[in-house]
Amino acid sequence: MAVQTDVLKAGAAGATRTQKGESLWLDAWRRLRRNRAAIIGGVLIIILVLTAVFADVIAPYSYYEQVLVDNNKIPPWMLAIFPFMAPYAKLSTDYLVGADYVGRDIFSRIVYGSRVSLTVALIAPLISLAIGLFIGSLSGFRGGRTDSILMRIVDVLYAFPTILFVILLMAFFRSTFAKPDPGSFTYAVSSLDNRMGGMLFIFVGLGITAWETMARLSRGQVLSVREKEYIEAAKTIGVKDGRTMRKHVLPNIIGPLIVYETLAIPTYIALEAFLSFIGLGVNPPTPSWGSMIADGSGVVRSYPNQVIFPALALAVTMFAFNFLGDGLRDALDPRLRGTQ
Amino acid sequence: MGRYVIRRLLWLIVVLFAVSVITFGLMHAVPGGPFAREKALPEEILANLNERYHLDEPLPMQYARYIYDVLIPKISDIPPGISTRDDAVFNIKLGAVWLKWMNFGPSYASRSRSVNDIFRDNLPISFQLGVMALTLSVIIGVPLGIMAALKQNTMWDYLGMSIAIFGVSVPVIVLGPILVAIFAVALGWFPATGWGAQPPFMLFFLPKSLNPDYFRSAALPVIALGLGSMAIIARLTRATLLQVIREDYIRTARAKGLSERVIIVRHALKNSLIPVITVLGPLFAALVTGTFVTETIFGIPGMGRYFVTSITNRDYPVIMGTILLYAFLLVIANLVVDLVYAWLDPRIRYE
Repeated sequence: MAVQTDVLKAGAAGATRTQKGESLWLDAWRRLRRNRAAIIGGVLIIILVLTAVFADVIAPYSYYEQVLVDNNKIPPWMLAIFPFMAPYAKLSTDYLVGADYVGRDIFSRIVYGSRVSLTVALIAPLISLAIGLFIGSLSGFRGGRTDSILMRIVDVLYAFPTILFVILLMAFFRSTFAKPDPGSFTYAVSSLDNRMGGMLFIFVGLGITAWETMARLSRGQVLSVREKEYIEAAKTIGVKDGRTMRKHVLPNIIGPLIVYETLAIPTYIALEAFLSFIGLGVNPPTPSWGSMIADGSGVVRSYPNQVIFPALALAVTMFAFNFLGDGLRDALDPRLRGTQ
Repeated sequence: MGRYVIRRLLWLIVVLFAVSVITFGLMHAVPGGPFAREKALPEEILANLNERYHLDEPLPMQYARYIYDVLIPKISDIPPGISTRDDAVFNIKLGAVWLKWMNFGPSYASRSRSVNDIFRDNLPISFQLGVMALTLSVIIGVPLGIMAALKQNTMWDYLGMSIAIFGVSVPVIVLGPILVAIFAVALGWFPATGWGAQPPFMLFFLPKSLNPDYFRSAALPVIALGLGSMAIIARLTRATLLQVIREDYIRTARAKGLSERVIIVRHALKNSLIPVITVLGPLFAALVTGTFVTETIFGIPGMGRYFVTSITNRDYPVIMGTILLYAFLLVIANLVVDLVYAWLDPRIRYE
């Protein structure tokens, strides 16, 4: 439940100012605890986080070491599920769910792959929240010319198909930073990306494309709060805009925004998997479930185990985040139960 | 209303202009060109290639040339299909000459095919796939949502919403290979790859004949692609229907003694489907643009693969063509939805 309490704490910190706010968050927490699906989601996420943190301990093999003679080996119990593999498959009890086409342990790669998906689940919402909240609240708070210019930009970006835009951006980053000279800015960026296994550009790509809905949402929230008496009161006593924003507007609008981002996490995870699937995601040999599914779906007819297990890992993770996100939304606003 | 439509169409032009400029700028900013090879081409050949495709001109000139070719119709006496340079999406015969309109340019990756060919031959397949997936998701999603809402907090509700959560949580890259593994490889009920219709198409996008084989080849990809939007539609239908059946006018209808059937169909459903219709626009665009993975997994010769390969190949006209086309689809879909919205709900008036 670490994630849930963190989210709630973040909200509660902003809402403790008023008695009503505090009871709202406590109330939400009580409702969340009663929601069995959300609890299952939360527990699964904790297990996943632990898997990612202790991947070195859990994984029996490294994720990059290739044992070519062991390629495509499967454990004997696999034949019970897929009997058609019997005539050609090489059997070995060394690998829990089999080895891939260059003899890497699939289970270990799935374990390490959780790091990529979970980092995306953590970082992408933060980037989207940061950019979207900044643009949206600026637009809503300032109004007038600033508002219309920013919102027209959002409108134009909306017309870009997200997937195509991300692909274009990824291609741009990948080749701009392909072979930089040592010492230059591009070199620093590129080596940082390499050290992160290619994830830096995924974050930038997702971040640039994912903030637009957030901006619209936070603009709407700011607009609804802006006309309230307490904002007027703050203005009257001469509070500066930035402080009004931080102390009075932000705490009152952050709840729905957090809910939106939680519900969007599965989308980010799926987008990362998609990017890795088409080869624009993480750099090999860093394992991502998306790239493992891509490798596996090429041999689905002869070795279905190579695609099914990474696919299951991805599906379970998305289930967990969907359950938790739904539960959080229901808990914070019971009237919205069941909406998307 | 008329003025509103005109304003929206003008806005469409602005959006397409902005999208084309951003795409054009971004793709030319990507280092490397369409003819960059591991082993570099001789300089003279590279120069000739660049000259043939006008890549040696300044960028604004290239952009203007592209827009000119797309927008301005031209008269030509060469029949279509002879040259990739003298080709267009619409070729209309006028006596001895041809009126050619919308030339999206050649594809650098293929000497015999132009972007117009891709639009004519591959786009309709993606389009059929997207339309069928959307139809499936509406046909199943709406009743599923209605069932869940009317039997709220019963087994039916939980069953329906479990299916919906499953649909949201299982992306095509997961569902596709699993469907192939089970229904094509293990059970052999459906073909694992291929598409049951070949170009040319009727009215630009309809297959010439609808035989059982066509639907057999389409079944798995349509299910894989449509499940996600089916889930979104089911959840949205349930949510809005739950809101609507608590409205005063439903209580009034009950008080009048109308039958439950009439209340649900005529009063509740009609009002609760409006938000569902508004998401159909973006969903449609997402389905047609989102066919890439589906087409890769199921080996369908649609347009999906072009948007990835064109970007890695720096195939500029193909990049421009695909992105502009999809931006156009997206904006038009949203416009249609807004108009249907006003038509369905008399309280909404534009202006």
